[in-house]
Amino acid sequence: MKDFLSLLKLLKPYRLGIVIALLFSFLTVVSNVGLMAVSAVLISWAALHPPILDLMTTIVAVRFFGISRAVFRYLERYFSHDVTFKILKTLRIDFYSKLEPLAPACLKAYRSGDLLARLVGEVEALKDFYLRVLAPPLTAFLVLIGVFIFLSDFDLKFALVFLVFYFLTGIIIPLTLKRLSRGLKEEMLEVKADLNARLVDSIQGMTEITVYGQAENQLRLVAGLGGKLARLQGKMAGFSGLTQAGSQIAMNLAGWCVLVLAIPMVASGRLEGIFLAMLPLCVGTSFEAVASLPLVFSYWEESRTAWKRLREVTEAPNYLFSQAHEPQSQARTLTQHLSLTQTLGQSQPQTQTPVPVQIPTPNSSTAKIPTLTPEPNPNPNKTGTQEKVISVPELTGQYSLEIKDLWFRYSPEEPWIFRGVSFNILQGEKVALTGPSGAGKSTLVNLLLRFYEYEIGTIKLGGKELKSYRPEDIRQVFGVVSQTTHLFNTTIRENLLLAKPSATEQEMWEAAKKAKIHDFIQSLPQGYDTYIGEGGYKLSGGQRQRVAIARALLKNAPILVLDEATANLDALAEREVLESLLELFQARTVLVIAHRRAPVKKMDKVIDLPSVQYE
Amino acid sequence: MLDKRLLQEARRTRCFLWLTIILGLFSACFIVLQAGLLARIINRVFLEGQGLAEVKIMLGLLLAVFLGRAVVTWLSEVFSHKTAAGIKEDLRQRLLSHLFTLGPNKIKDESTGELVNSLVEGVETLEAYFARYLPQLALAALVPLFILGFVFPLDLLSGGIMLLTAPLIPLFMILIGKWADSLSRKQWQSLSRMSAHFLDVLQGITTLKLFGRSRAQLEVIARVSDRFRETTLGVLRVAFLSALALELLSTLSTALVAVGLGLRLVYGRILFEEAIFILLLAPEFYLPLRLLGTQFHAGMAGVSAAERIYAILESDNKQETNREQEINEEEKINKVKRTKKETKIEQDTDKIQATDNKQDTNKEKHYIKRELSQEQFKELKVMENGLSGLRLKCAENSFLLMENVYYAYDRRQGEVLKGVSFKFSVGERVALVGESGAGKSTVAGLLMGFIKPDLGKIVCSSQGALLCLDSPHPNNEGQGEQWSSGSVLTKWRENIALVPQHAHLFSGTVADNILLGRTDASREEVVAAAKLAGAHDFISRLAQGYDTPVGEGGTNLSGGQVQRLALARAFLKEAPFLILDEATSGLEEAGEARIQEALEYLRPARGVLIIAHRLALAAQADRILVLSEGRIVEEGKHEELLQRRGVYYRLVKAYGGAA
Repeated sequence: MKDFLSLLKLLKPYRLGIVIALLFSFLTVVSNVGLMAVSAVLISWAALHPPILDLMTTIVAVRFFGISRAVFRYLERYFSHDVTFKILKTLRIDFYSKLEPLAPACLKAYRSGDLLARLVGEVEALKDFYLRVLAPPLTAFLVLIGVFIFLSDFDLKFALVFLVFYFLTGIIIPLTLKRLSRGLKEEMLEVKADLNARLVDSIQGMTEITVYGQAENQLRLVAGLGGKLARLQGKMAGFSGLTQAGSQIAMNLAGWCVLVLAIPMVASGRLEGIFLAMLPLCVGTSFEAVASLPLVFSYWEESRTAWKRLREVTEAPNYLFSQAHEPQSQARTLTQHLSLTQTLGQSQPQTQTPVPVQIPTPNSSTAKIPTLTPEPNPNPNKTGTQEKVISVPELTGQYSLEIKDLWFRYSPEEPWIFRGVSFNILQGEKVALTGPSGAGKSTLVNLLLRFYEYEIGTIKLGGKELKSYRPEDIRQVFGVVSQTTHLFNTTIRENLLLAKPSATEQEMWEAAKKAKIHDFIQSLPQGYDTYIGEGGYKLSGGQRQRVAIARALLKNAPILVLDEATANLDALAEREVLESLLELFQARTVLVIAHRRAPVKKMDKVIDLPSVQYE
Repeated sequence: MLDKRLLQEARRTRCFLWLTIILGLFSACFIVLQAGLLARIINRVFLEGQGLAEVKIMLGLLLAVFLGRAVVTWLSEVFSHKTAAGIKEDLRQRLLSHLFTLGPNKIKDESTGELVNSLVEGVETLEAYFARYLPQLALAALVPLFILGFVFPLDLLSGGIMLLTAPLIPLFMILIGKWADSLSRKQWQSLSRMSAHFLDVLQGITTLKLFGRSRAQLEVIARVSDRFRETTLGVLRVAFLSALALELLSTLSTALVAVGLGLRLVYGRILFEEAIFILLLAPEFYLPLRLLGTQFHAGMAGVSAAERIYAILESDNKQETNREQEINEEEKINKVKRTKKETKIEQDTDKIQATDNKQDTNKEKHYIKRELSQEQFKELKVMENGLSGLRLKCAENSFLLMENVYYAYDRRQGEVLKGVSFKFSVGERVALVGESGAGKSTVAGLLMGFIKPDLGKIVCSSQGALLCLDSPHPNNEGQGEQWSSGSVLTKWRENIALVPQHAHLFSGTVADNILLGRTDASREEVVAAAKLAGAHDFISRLAQGYDTPVGEGGTNLSGGQVQRLALARAFLKEAPFLILDEATSGLEEAGEARIQEALEYLRPARGVLIIAHRLALAAQADRILVLSEGRIVEEGKHEELLQRRGVYYRLVKAYGGAA
């Protein structure tokens, strides 16, 4: 019910369109009922050989209904589909705008294929919420009222019989069968998801499948799942066939009962004979409105699961973000943690001797140790907007980085990644950050960019706590090139201009030249307007990285972070690019992240991540 | 709206289709019976003044007819679904297996989103085509004809109206349908493109945020959605028009029939019972046609989806032209310039082919240390560095050879490889280096048989068998078939393991992913392979160890960790050759040193080709091949090449003299 209401809320802006579509939908059914009913009356009346003029009004009515039905149907369809696609747009924007602030943290668990299924599939499924879930019952209800009033004008018994069978067809039969097939449906969804994942695997892992001769095996697995799905779908078809057959019988029975009730009335003269043919026809045709009701339940199920899954992504309780979003709890944990680490920091000041340290947890008893330092700002969220924020980055600013006693882990269940990391980077320094894979080099970048919130310790940018800035402003300060930097499936130009939409052709070329990619781009038949394919697949690994570097250069940020950025380049190019970058960025800070030492020779400082923390 | 290829699919399940048609006829019978009974009852009561008692038998019969109709409805639903399910399954299998034969290098052009969409949604769309549209088509053809057979004898005029209007309905459908068809195609494309766009945006959301452009993306999404709405509404406006015409035709003619009947009744030219019978039949006459109209869209969507599916199914490996000649002419010019070494290798291959027949040349021994017929397998169970249990089966005399290979992805963009020749054997560790774009990965693709050489030969001699991947000859049908049938390729690939730069993890456990290398390996061997690749430590730290689910929806592993798993997978495979295509670029120094150790351990059983722009691994190779501008320009040991002061020297110097 809550899901239903929250979905309804999304439809609110389109109220008018919905009312119009509903009205036409009601009129469509009524036209058909009218056509058959009036025709039956006309023929019955004519059988009594009245003067032709008496029939004129009826004849006109028959012709009117003959035309109106088609016109109303067309209008109804047009308006309801228009509403549907507007809903689709709203849904997409709604989802994206909720997702965007949480990314990339909330997407940690999702991979591309799954996301595709989620976003496109679920949103697609939801677009039918009005057309298939909301509209049919509302139309059916309007028709019910109309026909009920009409029939009760003849005799209440007709109206009641109609009511009973109408409910039977529209609600009771489909609900019963739906209940019977519930387990089946769930199983089907599971198998479908499995099959989907398999197919995504098959395509994305094609190299491995081919190399290891697994094609046969993969085909067999897909066939197995496909066969299972087909069996389930077959059973489902059996149920839906039963629903259809049941509804059909109920509809026919309704007409039959009305006929049986009417026959004695005609015989006894309580009902005029010319209405005898009309009554069952009128009842039978009005069932058109409930014909699509059986599907409503399954469509609603679909919509609801889709809606739930979308919300699962955007409303997932996120450990890191729950802190950021709940100032109260954060304040508490922060002070606790701070007191604790400060204490640790104090008790082992700069000593290199490895003292066995208990892994502190938020609940550990050591938290009771009184703080020796003044309370830090416990509520950065509140102050975030008030404090001075960094606006458009200019080199006049002070962008030194100071990291102290940084503790971080992705969730309380996972092990700590940083156990009290401390180091400083002065403005303009060229620093190499090294460490084995898994040491948290990329995590550190994510923390600097505030994609994740750190729990304990401080990161200061320009002397101020990182958390006091708005995340957007912080990201303006960093130019980041990482191995996972994404290139969009569009032209090279658009990919570059992402960094600075207002850049001139000249600026763009400059950046590309510095990244040593300009000549290559110019050699392409379409130059900067070349489409580069999904994820830049039409470029080689090295070319992709150069484009990414050019993009970062175009951004012209005060701090440049190269997160394994040149790993895909050959040695010659890597050296060239790095040297020219270091030269170009003389006044700026450059942080080169690498697990190798080779490319980072001319550095002011080398920070080995594992050795700058307690353990 | 009948796609020939789709109908051919339907033939596979022909008996189901026949059943659907027979059931359609049954339902037509019941419809006529029902109308007849109703008309008679109404006539008796209304005009002849009979009561309930007199018509109760007919009322009972009516109930029986209802039941009959319901049974028919149920059965036809079940059968049509069976038909569809079989066809869908078959198509999905064919699609996938075709994609597998196309291989990884070919599908790089396609976006994964679109391919998955075709495979999942596209195939599902066919359900509607086979389960709804086709049976409805059968009904639309049968039921009206059947009804007409009853109406004509009773009333020529009504029959005439029906007969005239009925053919108009399919006519309208075809006329408008053709028009809407192209629009429908557009819609399918735009849906596909939209899903690809969304995937793209979501994959890049971090990048967008970095550039402060993620908010602006909302506008793009709105724009794309609006465009989608416009195109789709454009399609529907037309598709609905056909529905309007159909609806109008049927209701208007029902009205005409009714009015005509009424007027003739007044003058006593027709009986009431007959008139009401015809009136009852009129909507039933048009109903199947109208329902066909509502399924029309499903039909079109099915055909559009089929279009995409068949486009994939019919896509060929590579368009053949008279490439052969082109190259041959170039060849003549190049021949003069060729180095001695290349010629030598050519001779070498000739010799090898000769040995297939007679085994007595002594020159070849210079290249092939042992005779090919003498299969020498070594089963080593080594306990070394704590690595135990990994079975090392090796054929010492195996080699892999590439001779004068040319390759171009797209001829307009020029050749990537221009006559590459080299050879390496089991026990050797060879490095292939060169600047990015020199064609290193293309060599790997060729060696794996993902792509065919435009010209030249690739030969693999393993365990006494000689395999050859030739350039395709346009006039030689047989060889083309060999390529696609893949029997040679399957054997070929059994001999080579490849670790690509970006390895894929499949949904399944860590162990499953390593087992991909050799599915019948024991757990001990899996662990040994993981230890060898330096993956054991982090795997043991995972919550469920080797049984931790990874891949889609599983635990996230770092790039380096994925790469280690891929290496373990390759180590497990008992192939005499191992190609590392930039496989260690995600690893740190210590990890790379570990791999060096592992390769040393594997040396007696494997010939290793290391493709790298990182020179640390290359420097320790037995032999280094330097690829530049599509040719091997230098070859030799690290020190030799350094002394030569050529391309390699420059590469190393740029690297900072690290090695």
